[in-house]
Amino acid sequence: MTFLGFFTLAFVAISAVLAVTSRNLFESSVWLGIFSLMMAANFFILDAPDVAITEAAVGAGVSTVLFLGALALTAEHEHVKEKFRWLPVVVMSVLGVVLLVVSFEQPLLGDYTAPVHQHVAPWYLSETPRLIDIPNIVTAILASFRGYDTLGEVIVVFTAGIGVISVLGFRPKSKSTLRGSSLAQRVRGVQHHAVLRVVGKLLIPVLMLFALVVQFHGKYTPGGGFSAGALFAAAVMLYGILEGADKSAKALPQLVMLRLAALGATIYSGVGLVAFFKGGNFLNYSVLVTDPLAGQYLGILLIEFGVGLTVTAVLIMIFNAIANRDSY
Amino acid sequence: MTPTSNLVVTALGLLNYWVYIFLLCVGLYAVLVKGNYVKRMIGLGIFQSAVFLLYISMDKVDGGTGPIFQGEPVAGQIFSNPLPQVLILTAIVVGIAVTALGLALAIRIKEEYGSIEEADTQRMDREA
Repeated sequence: MTFLGFFTLAFVAISAVLAVTSRNLFESSVWLGIFSLMMAANFFILDAPDVAITEAAVGAGVSTVLFLGALALTAEHEHVKEKFRWLPVVVMSVLGVVLLVVSFEQPLLGDYTAPVHQHVAPWYLSETPRLIDIPNIVTAILASFRGYDTLGEVIVVFTAGIGVISVLGFRPKSKSTLRGSSLAQRVRGVQHHAVLRVVGKLLIPVLMLFALVVQFHGKYTPGGGFSAGALFAAAVMLYGILEGADKSAKALPQLVMLRLAALGATIYSGVGLVAFFKGGNFLNYSVLVTDPLAGQYLGILLIEFGVGLTVTAVLIMIFNAIANRDSY
Repeated sequence: MTPTSNLVVTALGLLNYWVYIFLLCVGLYAVLVKGNYVKRMIGLGIFQSAVFLLYISMDKVDGGTGPIFQGEPVAGQIFSNPLPQVLILTAIVVGIAVTALGLALAIRIKEEYGSIEEADTQRMDREA
């Protein structure tokens, strides 16, 4: 437990309380973004660089944009003051006290004799160089050893994207059916801020380049399809905020995004099927080419690409759907 | 080791669990008590992050480093546990997708009811 860890944890706790207690939802969303950023810093201190990159891109970046977009379409303030009710407070306190009592039985932070470090983790650490031979063990487990789980997660992300589209509609409603103007038209306001526009535009290519590094270099350094997808989508969202979301929806139409999202999931399961028909198990990349290690390399490259494609496309699709909607 | 310093070591070693419990309660409070649907999604996000913190706190090993080999394997090098990291990495992205779905529902509720407060929507349902 370093001083930095203590500091970030304290900040995480404070920003969580402020996010919940603030009656201005705009403030709440910004506190939630700060909460996520501090949480990402804390993940990094806890030796989880892959998770830290993903949390920073998703929690502090994409999530804040989506919350602000949703607020622009709903309400900026909590209007109804909730009545004090005993039951939720009792439930919460009982849960807190039980967990607190149990926490004294837990191994201390960093204890290498903890049960979690005794089971299969040492096997992954010692066998990854022999079986997969890529330096980033997290990517090796995510993409190869536990490829089934990751395929499931990709399908969940895809399904959530379909869900948002089914709730909000595929094309933005025309202005005649709803009052007010679309969020995209109001967000145009940023165009009058020259400094924001110029500096923001400079960031877009850098962000996209970084996303590509995270995507294709994720075997050697922290990264992979999930974080790269979130970063790439964040770059497109930045473009949408600076230039108007109608332009980002025009550059990357919803139909194309939907097809790309489906394509990513198809690439992933397709690699699994090819392995299956080549005589191996589903998603066993070792049989893809004659050399098992080269097969693993190729398989991980392809499925990470599929993951990145689906995550990028789904997040952009969600952003376009929310940002181009006419306000009530 | 004196009893006091022993106590401090225990407290610092368990601090991550306590922050996790605190965040869990804060998130649960928002989900149970708040009537505003967007506020509930914020609470759900905090609740979710609490679980992320629990898992990532598990992976830490004293003197360890992130689970990435650098060049040739070094004898006696300790890595943190990669398994919780894999679980949480994917859970974060699934979490944002689910949050987006919740926000989309809140937007639709606003369009239909003109409000995102549970008290308003329930009253309208009763009157309808």
